[in-house]
Amino acid sequence: MNWRAVVAIFTYEMKRFFRTLFQSLISPVISTVLYFIVFGAAIGSRITQIDGVSYGAFIVPGLIMLSILTQSISNASFGIYFPKFSGTIYEYLSAPVSALEMVLGFVGAAAAKSILIGLVILATSAFFVPVVILHPFWMILFLLLTAITFSLFGFIIGLWADGFEKLQIIPLLVITPLTFLGGSFYSIHVLPEFWQNVSLFNPVVYLISGFRWSFYEISDVSLSVSLGMTFVFLCICLTAVAWIFRTGYRLKS
Amino acid sequence: MTSIIQIQNLSKTYNTGFHALKDISLDIKRGEIFALLGPNGAGKTTLISVICGIVNKSSGAVLVDGHDNVTDFRATRKMIGLVPQELHLSFFETVWDTIKFSRKLFGKPDDDAYLEKILQQLSLLDKKHSKIGTLSGGMKRRVLIAKALSHEPTVLFLDEPTAGVDVELRKDMWNVVRGLRDNGVTIILTTHYIEEAEEMADRVGVISKGAMILVEDKTALMKKMGQKKLTLTLEKPLVALPKKLAKFNLQLLNNGSEISYAYDVSKGKPDIAGLLADVQAAKIGYSDIHTAQNSLEDIFMGLVKQ
Ligand SMILES: Nc1ncnc2c1ncn2[C@@H]1O[C@H](COP(=O)(O)OP(=O)(O)O)[C@@H](O)[C@H]1O
Ligand SMILES: [Mg+2]
Repeated sequence: MNWRAVVAIFTYEMKRFFRTLFQSLISPVISTVLYFIVFGAAIGSRITQIDGVSYGAFIVPGLIMLSILTQSISNASFGIYFPKFSGTIYEYLSAPVSALEMVLGFVGAAAAKSILIGLVILATSAFFVPVVILHPFWMILFLLLTAITFSLFGFIIGLWADGFEKLQIIPLLVITPLTFLGGSFYSIHVLPEFWQNVSLFNPVVYLISGFRWSFYEISDVSLSVSLGMTFVFLCICLTAVAWIFRTGYRLKS
Repeated sequence: MTSIIQIQNLSKTYNTGFHALKDISLDIKRGEIFALLGPNGAGKTTLISVICGIVNKSSGAVLVDGHDNVTDFRATRKMIGLVPQELHLSFFETVWDTIKFSRKLFGKPDDDAYLEKILQQLSLLDKKHSKIGTLSGGMKRRVLIAKALSHEPTVLFLDEPTAGVDVELRKDMWNVVRGLRDNGVTIILTTHYIEEAEEMADRVGVISKGAMILVEDKTALMKKMGQKKLTLTLEKPLVALPKKLAKFNLQLLNNGSEISYAYDVSKGKPDIAGLLADVQAAKIGYSDIHTAQNSLEDIFMGLVKQ
C-alpha cells in the first residue's frame, strides 16, 4: 500500500474544505436553524409529539442525515470531477497509486467532511431542542456507514459526469426527493398504507430510521433491517467503483 | 540489460474506433535522450500516455526495466516522471505545496532539500510560495517539470516541452535535461520541432499516423543532412550530359533544363569552381545557380508523406 499517497490525497481534499471552512459550515448551520424555525416552530406547534418525542427533537436525526447525504455526494463528486475537468487527473493516473488508494483518499476525505458537518448540525440542534442519544455507538456507526456509502455514490457520479450539469442533476432529481420523502420530517407511519409501502422502496427510509433509532429508540423499520439495507447500499457502491476502476470507465480512454 | 523501456507490438484503438497506435515496437536505451518526432496527431502523446498508465493499451506490451506496466504498475510508475503537453495544474495551490504533493503521491518520504534544489535548477526558487495561477505560461511549464522530477525518476517523459516557451526557458530546460542525463536519467521527449531533436537527442524516432517509420542514431541522420545540392538552371535544355563532366556526380533534371550536383560537405570541400569551369568549357550556358541543404526537415517530410 502506498499510504503516503492516501494521506496526501486525503489531506489535499481536506485542505480545500478548511480553506473555505466558514462557507463550508455556515450554510449547513443556517439551513438547520431555518428548518427548526419553519418545521420545528411552525409545524411543531401543531404536531407537538411523534412516538413520544417532541417534533423538534424528532427531526434532528433526519436533518443530520439530509446533510450527510447531500454533503457526501457533493464533496465526493466534486472532489474527483475537478481533477478530471482541470486535467490534473493525469498525475493520479501516472502515479504508483492503486484504485483502492485513490478511493480511500477521495472518499475518505468526502466522508470526513460530511461527518464534521453532521456533528456541527447536531451541536447546533442541541441549542434548540433537547437532543438525547441513547445509543452513541450505533449513532456513530450509522453516521459512518451512511457517509461512506454516499461518498462512494458521489464518487461514482463524479466519475460519470462529463459536465457540471450532470454533477448537479442526480443529487437534485434523485437524492433530494428521496431524502424529503424518506421520513426526515415525519414518521412514515403517518402515511396512508399505500404510500407506506411505496416508501419501503426508498433506501433513505432505512438510513434515517436506523439513525433515529440510535437517538430515541423509535424507528419505522427494525434496526437489523436498517443495518442490513445500509450494508447492501454500501456493497452496491463498492462493486460499482471496483468495476469502474477495472474497466477504466471515464477515467482512462 | 541495456534497454530501459521495451515496447512490443503496441496498438491502441480509441473508443471512437480511431487507430492511434499501430503495432509499435521500440527499445529505449538506458541513459539516452530519445526524441520522438512526428506531426500533430501522429500519436506521440498517446504512446507516452500508454507507457505512463493514463491510456489503456489495446494490445501489445510495455516493459519498464523489465516490469510490465500494467501488472506491475507500481514498479514502473515509480521510475517514471511525466511532463504533460498541456498545463494541467491546480491554480489555487502554491508551487511548493504542489511539488510536495507530487512527491508524496509517488510514495517518497519528504526531502525538502532535494525539492529546493530542483526549484533552484529551474529558476523557480523565488516563486516557491506563489500561487500557480499567478505564474506565466513558461513558469507553469517549469512547475510541471519540477513536479515530474519531485520523486527522483530514472525515466523522464517530456511531451512537447518547448511548445510556446521562450528562449530563456528553452536554454534552462536543456541544461536541466543534460544534467539529468549526466546523472543517468533516461529522457524521452516529443516534439514537432526538428531543431529540438537535433540539439538534444542521441536517437530519433519518427512516428506518423500511429506507426514508427524510422528509428535512427541522430549522427546517422545528421550525415544525411550533410548532403547538399547545387542546381544550375540552363539557358537551353540538354539531351545528355557531356562526357567532360562525367567526373562530377551530376544529374540532368526537368527535361534537361537543370543540372544538379550532389556533394557531401562532411567529406571535404566540393570542387564547385572546377565544375563551373568545366561547364563553361563545354559551352553550356546557365541563367541561375542555387544550393540547398538536405535538412532533417526534408528527410522527415519525405518520410511522413509516404
Ligand atoms: N481520447 C481520445 N479519443 C479518441 N481519439 C483520440 C483521443 N486522444 C487522441 N485521439 C486521437 O489520436 C490521434 C493521436 O493523438 P495524439 O497522441 O495526441 O497525437 P500527437 O501527440 O502526436 O499530436 C489524434 O488523431 C487524436 O485525435
Ligand atoms: Mg501530443
